[in-house]
Amino acid sequence: MGKAQKLVQWSPTDIKAKMLEKYPPKVARKRSKQILINEAMENTTPEITANVRTIPGIITMRGCTYAGCKGVIMGPTSDIVNLVHGPIGCSFYAWLTRRNQSSYTGENNENFITYCMSTDMQDSDIIFGGEKKLAAAIQEAYDLFHPKGIAVFATCPVGLIGDDIHAVAKKMKEKFGDCNVFAFSCEGYKGVSQSAGHHIANNQVFTHLVGKSTTEKTDKYKINLLGEYNIGGDGFEIDRILKKCGITNIATFSGNSTYDQFASANQADLSCVMCHRSINYVADMLETKYGIPWIKVNFIGAEATAKSLRKIATYFGDQDLIDKVEAVIAEEMPAVDAAVKDVLPRTTGKTAMIFVGGSRAHHYQELFKEMGMKTISAGYEFAHRDDYEGRQIIPDLKVDADSRNIEEIEVEPDPVLFKPRKTEAEIEALEKAGFAFKDYEGIIPDMEKDTLIVDDLNQYEAEKLVELMKPDLFCAGIKEKFSIQKLGIPMKQLHSYDSGGPYAGFVGAINFYNEIDRLVNSRVWSYMKAPWQENPELSATYVWE
Amino acid sequence: MRKVAIYGKGGIGKSTTTQNTVAGLAEMGRKVMVVGCDPKADSTRLLLGGLAQKSVLDTLREEGEDVELDDIRKAAYGGTWAVESGGPEPGVGCAGRGIITSINMLESLGAYEESEGLDYAFYDVLGDVVCGGFAMPIRDGKAEEIYIVCSGEMMAMYAANNICKGIMKFAQSGSVRLGGLICNSRNVDNEKEMIEELAKKLGTQMIYFVPRDNDVQRAEINRKTVIEWNPEVPQADEYRGLAKAIDENKMFVVPTPLEIEELEQLLLDYGLMEA
Repeated sequence: MGKAQKLVQWSPTDIKAKMLEKYPPKVARKRSKQILINEAMENTTPEITANVRTIPGIITMRGCTYAGCKGVIMGPTSDIVNLVHGPIGCSFYAWLTRRNQSSYTGENNENFITYCMSTDMQDSDIIFGGEKKLAAAIQEAYDLFHPKGIAVFATCPVGLIGDDIHAVAKKMKEKFGDCNVFAFSCEGYKGVSQSAGHHIANNQVFTHLVGKSTTEKTDKYKINLLGEYNIGGDGFEIDRILKKCGITNIATFSGNSTYDQFASANQADLSCVMCHRSINYVADMLETKYGIPWIKVNFIGAEATAKSLRKIATYFGDQDLIDKVEAVIAEEMPAVDAAVKDVLPRTTGKTAMIFVGGSRAHHYQELFKEMGMKTISAGYEFAHRDDYEGRQIIPDLKVDADSRNIEEIEVEPDPVLFKPRKTEAEIEALEKAGFAFKDYEGIIPDMEKDTLIVDDLNQYEAEKLVELMKPDLFCAGIKEKFSIQKLGIPMKQLHSYDSGGPYAGFVGAINFYNEIDRLVNSRVWSYMKAPWQENPELSATYVWE
Repeated sequence: MRKVAIYGKGGIGKSTTTQNTVAGLAEMGRKVMVVGCDPKADSTRLLLGGLAQKSVLDTLREEGEDVELDDIRKAAYGGTWAVESGGPEPGVGCAGRGIITSINMLESLGAYEESEGLDYAFYDVLGDVVCGGFAMPIRDGKAEEIYIVCSGEMMAMYAANNICKGIMKFAQSGSVRLGGLICNSRNVDNEKEMIEELAKKLGTQMIYFVPRDNDVQRAEINRKTVIEWNPEVPQADEYRGLAKAIDENKMFVVPTPLEIEELEQLLLDYGLMEA
């Protein structure tokens, strides 16, 4: 028995209509603006609605502001104690769920990622205020670990009762003298998605950590890697390649990161942005305050990795580096090519859907392309319009009440540390030669005509899409995993990688090809139905009859 | 058991009126429990003779879960029971959540059980209805009749109207009803007529007009209700009258709050017209 017969030809207009069919008119109208049939136009892209509130009643794929701040941005740091101020559940369910790995890179090999620290607020703390309990918890964490930094995260009730976590953090920081204590007002309800939490985290990391290190970094080619979270060891693989090329990664925001990495980020000469959505704020602030330009890179996909390495080498403009990068690519690619050659006959023509993140749904299309697979529908959970349509639309972005709720911090050039890394003439020359600074074109131009781009996909629409378009693979997160698998479609988690990874860089690409080959060619999905469901005529008689 | 909540603008005299009325009810032989729902915990001072008692929440905080009814309930004037919910100091925490917690605590300890033989439970609630916690006594049938203390002053009438909006909301889903307005006189012109008219427009009654009398302050400075301090003074009879009116009250309505324009017109007609 094979899989159900695929629709020979589906029209995207019909599919969109089907997805909206069951909604009440008002909901359908709103969702309609978040479902876009890609026109693949040359220079302009159609407008999509993004970063708006999810309609109540819809089972969204999104997370909360606290998840974005504590879980995504600050979670992967190994030597900062993350202390959650709130009821225990907020901490427990955000504990070690993202598979960001650590190589214990702190000075004393501290790794606090595996701990779950919370003030465990009770009814009486809600009534009488939790500030004293928070101060006591910070003291306890300090006494136990003597960390360089303690980060405090606000959960929803903290915002409601008005505990001043910043005042408590400041008081404790002054008291300790040798431990940086800072807080994040990242109450879960604060934004429309986890994206608000990213922004809040960016602001506080930049304010309280960046530029605080006194150790001078003297390496030749110094970069920051922004928006890389070392899921399944992605960061390890990227660092391996960078090291091989002779490029020094001063700070990763924030996979496998340490306090000192953040504190020295101002000493890099280039910021390389992976996940545009979660970290572009820091990239911009690093440029304004310290004069570090930023470029968009992507280490997901072997070709994309090579392209990104070349881009970094071009920026530094040093022939030694350019040659070294070419040598590394030449050395790494044969294994990649061999792996592609092996899987291509089995993966060519297969289709995928990707609904993750604010960049991943875009980046992973590179890998699928390399395997001859087509992404027929994709979308982000928490992206903004610029992640779909490209940064050129930023001036036209409407600032609504929800985004106004998130602080924008004003940054000025640092009187001492600001130092333009390139002269205006150098930048102009690079740009003339086709080099793009601060550029991200978004997901839309990279997707084929008539593919469906859906913002903030929900469970109902996900199942509908799968039912109608029958992809060979669906990629999302843990919340979607089992409902999709029940439909008989293999599912790959691109938040936590299930138990796999790394998928970044050259080695990661090979891992990914093999994993996807295994998933889309598995015969297990053809056994979804029990024999009696397939063959209902099967009958039997009682022996005594 | 009748469950009564007293609401009204801050400073209008809710606590004073409640305790003096409860003294009147006690004199009539009624068994009453007063539950102060104000973080300041000063709703039972006169009944307890100035004794500051430990609030439910303080007890809960210090004793943990192991709390007995006698830890949080004190015997007061005329066989009444006095309870203070308590709450956080100003500017921290959540007083509303505090009230919810302490009323739940009283319930779970059996303070309302039939075996306690209560005729009345009185809730003396802080100021205006500001959040869910302060509305707790009128939710879930915890209080079934509401009296609003007001005066002929504009803001007191505004507040009374606002509280009626809250009652209307909860009345639709529960058993709470408005029993009437208690006018605690501030010697405003045409005060009695104006409040009677307001009550009429709200669909209720002015259940009693308490005249202004300095004997109330004299009793307070002695940490007593008027009836206990000097049962002979005319003001003691006024509170007896209010107690009797509440005891005999049969008029319980879902109020019909006024539009702001209507309320202002009322003030113009009765208050400012002649000025």
